[in-house]
Amino acid sequence: MRNDLILRVIAKLLIPFILLFALYVQFHGDFGPGGGFQAGVILAASVIFYALIYGLDDAIKVVPEPLVESMMALGVLIYAGVGYAGLLLGGNFLDYFVLDPNPVHGQHRGIFWVEVGVAITVSGVMLKIFYMFAARGKSDD
Amino acid sequence: MIINVLLVLMAFTVWVIIQSRNLFGVIVLGGIYSFLMATVLVAMDAVDVAMTEASVGAGISTVLLLGALYLCRSEEARPMHKPWLPFIVSVAVAGVLVYGTLGLPEFSDPQATIHHHVVPRYLNEIQQEVDVPNVVTAVLASYRGYDTLGETTVVFTAGAGVIALLRRRRKGRSS
Repeated sequence: MRNDLILRVIAKLLIPFILLFALYVQFHGDFGPGGGFQAGVILAASVIFYALIYGLDDAIKVVPEPLVESMMALGVLIYAGVGYAGLLLGGNFLDYFVLDPNPVHGQHRGIFWVEVGVAITVSGVMLKIFYMFAARGKSDD
Repeated sequence: MIINVLLVLMAFTVWVIIQSRNLFGVIVLGGIYSFLMATVLVAMDAVDVAMTEASVGAGISTVLLLGALYLCRSEEARPMHKPWLPFIVSVAVAGVLVYGTLGLPEFSDPQATIHHHVVPRYLNEIQQEVDVPNVVTAVLASYRGYDTLGETTVVFTAGAGVIALLRRRRKGRSS
């Protein structure tokens, strides 16, 4: 499949839009359907699409495995970090009201970072699972 | 109306999946099943769930199953004997589930118990407290933030488990 010109060109055209859509789903999740989980999956899907057309090695060059593994943990740490930020600022764990002098803005800020954490973890895990499956077939043959 | 048509199509898809022995076809039909499910969820106004179903069920799962199919043969082997025991277990579980749904309230029934617990408070005070138009996001990330933290940890744990199972040992380092 790697020498198929049409697939390569179409993939190159589509991937920027998929990435943009992932960002839209992520940051527009407060207003429309979507949020961190869906955006993370779409983000991972764009890299998987790239790997399917251009091969796994090229995809790993773009998104290296150490980065993917760090993303898995980083997202959970960001989420828990928001919780501890609430504790340090004098509220309860995951209390967003204290994150900003204006409580409603504090809610916005908390939801934003929590969704970022979810998206990072979900895209990292999805990509990692795909990498492991795809590399397995290559090494066993 | 449209939901019933979609549900009939889903039942038909399941029937074809049962009949088919070609695993590639089964995986593609599984993706179609997920898309039909997502459409049903859109028709029921649960767009956030529909989006998750379409991206995870029809997207990532299909790709991962295709990756698994690449590692094995694409024709399902014929079973040695008739699988009566799994059939009886499946029918029994399905019967219990259907019996359970008989006790559920009607779809979109405003008198249902679940709509009288915390839902009125969420819907009435969300604009003053959180000011996020999408109630689903506000409930998931703010009111139920603790649960979502748990879910994110579950996803992380699943990824760590897959790494532990499938990690290849590096050459030259024998254990």
